[in-house]
Amino acid sequence: MDQLVSPGIGLIFWTTLAFLVLLFLLKKFAWKPILKALKEREERISQALSAAEEAEKRLKEIQLRNESLVAEAAREREAILKAAREASEKMVAEAKEKAAAEAQRLLEQARENIHNERMKALTDLKNQVGMLSLEIAEKIMRLRLQDEALRDQAIRQLLDDIKLN
Amino acid sequence: MQVLRSNNLIINVIIVLIRASLSLVFGFLPTWASGNQGKGFDAGQMIGDHILDAHEIHFFTLHEGQPDEVHISVPLPVILYSREFGWDVFWSSAFHHGREHQTAEHSQNATYSADTPIHTPKQPDHSELPPGAHAYGPYILYKHKIYLAEDGGLRLGPDGKPLNKRPLDLSITKNVAGIFLAFILLFLLFRAAAKAYQRQGVTAPKGFQNVLETLILFVRDEIAKPSIGPKYEKFLPYLLTVFFFIFTCNLLGLIPFIGGFNITGNIAVTLTLAAFTFALTCLNGNASYWSHIFWPPGVPKVLYPLLIPIEIMGMFNKPLVLMLRLFANITAGHIIILSFVALIFIFSALFGPLAGYATSPFSMLFTIFMNLLELLVAFLQAYVFTLLSAIYFGQAVEEHHHSASHVH
Repeated sequence: MDQLVSPGIGLIFWTTLAFLVLLFLLKKFAWKPILKALKEREERISQALSAAEEAEKRLKEIQLRNESLVAEAAREREAILKAAREASEKMVAEAKEKAAAEAQRLLEQARENIHNERMKALTDLKNQVGMLSLEIAEKIMRLRLQDEALRDQAIRQLLDDIKLN
Repeated sequence: MQVLRSNNLIINVIIVLIRASLSLVFGFLPTWASGNQGKGFDAGQMIGDHILDAHEIHFFTLHEGQPDEVHISVPLPVILYSREFGWDVFWSSAFHHGREHQTAEHSQNATYSADTPIHTPKQPDHSELPPGAHAYGPYILYKHKIYLAEDGGLRLGPDGKPLNKRPLDLSITKNVAGIFLAFILLFLLFRAAAKAYQRQGVTAPKGFQNVLETLILFVRDEIAKPSIGPKYEKFLPYLLTVFFFIFTCNLLGLIPFIGGFNITGNIAVTLTLAAFTFALTCLNGNASYWSHIFWPPGVPKVLYPLLIPIEIMGMFNKPLVLMLRLFANITAGHIIILSFVALIFIFSALFGPLAGYATSPFSMLFTIFMNLLELLVAFLQAYVFTLLSAIYFGQAVEEHHHSASHVH
């Protein structure tokens, strides 16, 4: 079996030739396009992956921004509501104040009117009382003057009074 | 990766051990059977015929051992050169033609270069030839090798080996035909795959392309990248070619009825492949690679005369081991499978046909098991050869940084 371990020149020659040609052909027609395609695909995949990652990152950013926007909106709404409440409270208070003042004024006016009316009534009353007094006095006088003696005496007295002036 | 590598090594060692033990058990059988020539079956001859290179692709023999024995085989071109007769090209079937045709045919077919003296080859007399030898013109085919006839015959030495001169034999032998077959298969397959890639552009692979891609990526990502490092791309075409070439040849050897190729189990083939790896390693070796061999760092100068020869031996050892491992693994596999098959005929020859039939189920069971194991080995050996080549390339192109942690 020493033939087994004695390499034949012919086989070495043909193996070398066949292998070199195969290497050349496969390198040119197979390995180059295949390896190129594989590399391209890998690059494409890694690009797609990084793009997806980027998109995810952007999505997260947008979500974050949305959240902050929502929070801001909520804050703003709160503020607006608060302001509105305050404004309405103020308005209510003002209206109340105004109403109170008006009421006061009306009251005042009424009071004044009452006072005036009373004064007027009092004056009237006074005048009427005066008139009545005068009438009474006239009547009394008439009654007194009907008596001669008494009338003379009164005229004298009146004349005295005027003299004194 | 490191774990994987050591696992592979262990598997490899186990397989070799199993083989060695099986060879011990069955190795004696062929010789034992060889001694029973009279009984009609020679296992050693059968196995030898299979695993050795031949000048024809032999399928089977009809009416074996009978006068009307017919060999069903494909003849192959024989290409010879000798100083005496110049170039000669003829079909190997010429050796098996009847004696009466030889002279006429040879004078028609053979072409001798003008500068060689005209000669009248003395036709060897078949009675002078040992059994199994065939003559054609001045050439004698004996045990798969071609010799130049001396005085029309073959001179056998005391060990039974011919002492005749041999012409330069560049014939298309069985293994060369196998290599061409692998060549064509590989080229068509990968050309088709490459076309598919170019046609489809950047999409997922389909069908068989997917299988090839898995293997290509395996070579690139599991072998080339981790073993060579950043410069792997330069070596990738070689590694891919060598991987698929060995793998295909290994598988060709496992297909029955196509002539029993034993391409990667032939030392000439593995020698050539290992030589390519060796040449590429040397051609790509950088300054630090060579300086590690001729000026081993961190070693006292006194030890140089001892270390440098060891390093140089190591340089040649690597491809030598590469050559032997592939050759031995594949050949051993073929021998074991053939031995199991031969067992049937040995028993049949020794104890009658009934014993042969009784042996056959067990024999077949083992043969099937070995065939499955050989499928694994076909891949494993292609992987190991490629991986070790890649590691050698990696060592050749590695930039060494001489730090304190660098230990040899």
